Amino acid sequence: MRVALFLTCVNDTLYPDTGRAVVRLLTRLGVDVDFPMAQTCCGQAHYNTGYRHRTEPLARRFSDVFGAYDAIVTPSGSCAAMVREGYPRMGERARAEGRGDALSAVLAPVVPRTYELTEFLVDVLGVTDVGAYYPHRVTYHPTCHGLRALGLGDRPRRLLDAVKGLELAELPGAEECCGFGGTFAVKNPDVSAAMGADKVRNAESTGAEVLCAADNSCLTHLGGTMTRLRTGMRPVHIAEILASTEEEPAL
Amino acid sequence: MSGTYLGMPAFPEAARDAVHDRTLRGNLRHATHTIRAKRAKAVAEVSDWAELREAGRRIKDHTLLHLDRYLEQLEESVTAAGGTVHWAADADEANRIVTRLVEETGESEVVKVKSMATQEIGLNEALLEAGIRAYETDLAELIVQLGKDRPSHILVPAIHRNRGEIRDIFRAEMGAWGRPAPADLTDTPAELAEAARLHLREKFLRAKVGISGANFMVAETGTLVVVESEGNGRMCLTLPETLISVVGIEKTVPTWRDLEVFLQTLPRSSTAERMNPYTSMWTGTTDEDGPRAFHLVLLDNGRTDTLADEVGRQALRCIRCSACLNVCPVYERAGGHAYGSVYPGPIGAILSPQLRGTASEIDASLPYASSLCGACYEVCPVAIDIPEVLVHLRERVVEGGPVVRNGNKVVLKPARGHAAERAAMRAAGWAFTRPGVLRAGQRLASRTRRLHPRTLPGPGRAWSASRDLPAVPAEPFRDWWLRTRGGKNTPGPDAAGSTGEDGLK
Ligand code: SF4
Repeated sequence: MRVALFLTCVNDTLYPDTGRAVVRLLTRLGVDVDFPMAQTCCGQAHYNTGYRHRTEPLARRFSDVFGAYDAIVTPSGSCAAMVREGYPRMGERARAEGRGDALSAVLAPVVPRTYELTEFLVDVLGVTDVGAYYPHRVTYHPTCHGLRALGLGDRPRRLLDAVKGLELAELPGAEECCGFGGTFAVKNPDVSAAMGADKVRNAESTGAEVLCAADNSCLTHLGGTMTRLRTGMRPVHIAEILASTEEEPAL
Repeated sequence: MSGTYLGMPAFPEAARDAVHDRTLRGNLRHATHTIRAKRAKAVAEVSDWAELREAGRRIKDHTLLHLDRYLEQLEESVTAAGGTVHWAADADEANRIVTRLVEETGESEVVKVKSMATQEIGLNEALLEAGIRAYETDLAELIVQLGKDRPSHILVPAIHRNRGEIRDIFRAEMGAWGRPAPADLTDTPAELAEAARLHLREKFLRAKVGISGANFMVAETGTLVVVESEGNGRMCLTLPETLISVVGIEKTVPTWRDLEVFLQTLPRSSTAERMNPYTSMWTGTTDEDGPRAFHLVLLDNGRTDTLADEVGRQALRCIRCSACLNVCPVYERAGGHAYGSVYPGPIGAILSPQLRGTASEIDASLPYASSLCGACYEVCPVAIDIPEVLVHLRERVVEGGPVVRNGNKVVLKPARGHAAERAAMRAAGWAFTRPGVLRAGQRLASRTRRLHPRTLPGPGRAWSASRDLPAVPAEPFRDWWLRTRGGKNTPGPDAAGSTGEDGLK
């Protein structure tokens, strides 16, 4: 199986540790993972802000770069959702605009083969115990796109449950949005900040040291809120927890 | 829609006050969380909820697709049953028709059943101008009306008020409108309800004209349906001599049988009840029972235009259950008033900019009043994909494009005020089609990382006002990968990786 890592532009630029963790984790599980250097961005921010026509070249490009792989794995629920939900929709809109099936045809190959990391581990590799060790009290925030657009269900929790040393704390109001929402955080700063603060307070109430999620965008927003609110918690991407072992523990 | 909200500031500004009003936020949080939990329980009881939801979606879509036909059928049925049908293209026309109908009865006051359509057109204000007083009889509407306030929720218009505030309003205002509240009124729910009951009863028994909306209109039989939980509706629909119902054209369902679906999904989604306490149905007029004259005013007011939009038309499936408001994290913090319309929350964010167009500041900002979390879509009993419509309307705001307004095809220009964003999107789009550029940018950011402030200038400032920015790493991932080949240390050509114009291989 040819597996490509789609790291997303945000992770690539700001969170290389998450990418390294995914590579480490997948390699440990026997997956030969490739990182196509020509990858850039799935176009989510453009699309969700209303720039659908500007998203099309990015989507075409995504298909171009990843189309030849059997599986495309990404540590971002919202980017996976963009490919799986947004791309078919863009194809439909192009058809409605009288442009035929060309865009759909170009995008079709990547749509069913793009997986969010935890989904890939559980559904494709069939593992929940990835041999990880992480001796911390952790609370898990299921991000909206992972939860509702992808329907990740309890996959991330099952993976975390199997991590040695990890103590999972139930997050009150877990299913509520953290308030990031891409450009929403910039366009509606007051509401966004209030949502983030509530999420962080809920997380804090669990007594966890670590707030874990499968999307660094939400974690950026929540992490920035945590330092501002001077909580002792830190945000950690689930990939980094799953990559952590007794020999090489993550912080 | 009504002019009441004209000149509203954009959503972010309108929301700011609510976000920082602790009482309001507490009231909203308490109310939405309570009803949210109850709804989830009521829905979980129904084993075929998914099928009901799908059936509701299909009935509504089918009806909307053939709305012209069903509306004609409805008119025939209503007329045959002794009612009179009036067509109103917009708010003004609807208000003129209703005012004339009331004037023809010689009355100067009317009792009202809670109705979104009459709020949408600003009927009470229009009647008042003609010297006719309209009394709201729904408890929450009464509170809003007495408090000279605006409704902030579809179902619980006074959701933003707590008991103490309600007592104060009753004490101060009831006397001016009819029977005053007892001087020693406390804030216990039973006492508040009793005060409202006595105040309203006097009006029910006196009024000769009732005005209502309707939850459904059955084309086949000409039957109108109102569901409610206080019984005030039943009083208004049966006691007066003349009944005038103002209903949006999208409320039509083809057959009596279709009610089977909605009378299950609506109460569970809205009040978390298995069945609503009062379901009133009336078909024209009946000898010696109920109103002697029945008028149905069919309201368009932007609905046909909305129907013309392939993506946006699904908003017309809405049965106004308000479930989407109760789960919306943005509504919970911004409150209903910030949406600048009688339709607040997620449904308001997609309905108002379609019914009214996106020309005003508030309407252009509504499609952005969401984090696209998808909770609204998940609870909607007619499966309106609100996030999809939001994104679609954002496109309309920033890119413009063809729309139908007042029955005419027009091409909208992109909205002003998005220049910086548009430029940023263009620049990002340009960089993202050139991995070499992206990489150079990343490297520059890494190299200058110690110089980066933790706050942002320009439009990003709002972000960093309440959150710290992440630090830029010393090395972007792709540089690490290139340096280590993912730990493989075997650099070599690879087909997929060489796509694109980066020339970095
Ligand atoms: S959009 Fe759906 S959930 Fe919201 S009020 Fe309408 S029917 Fe209810």
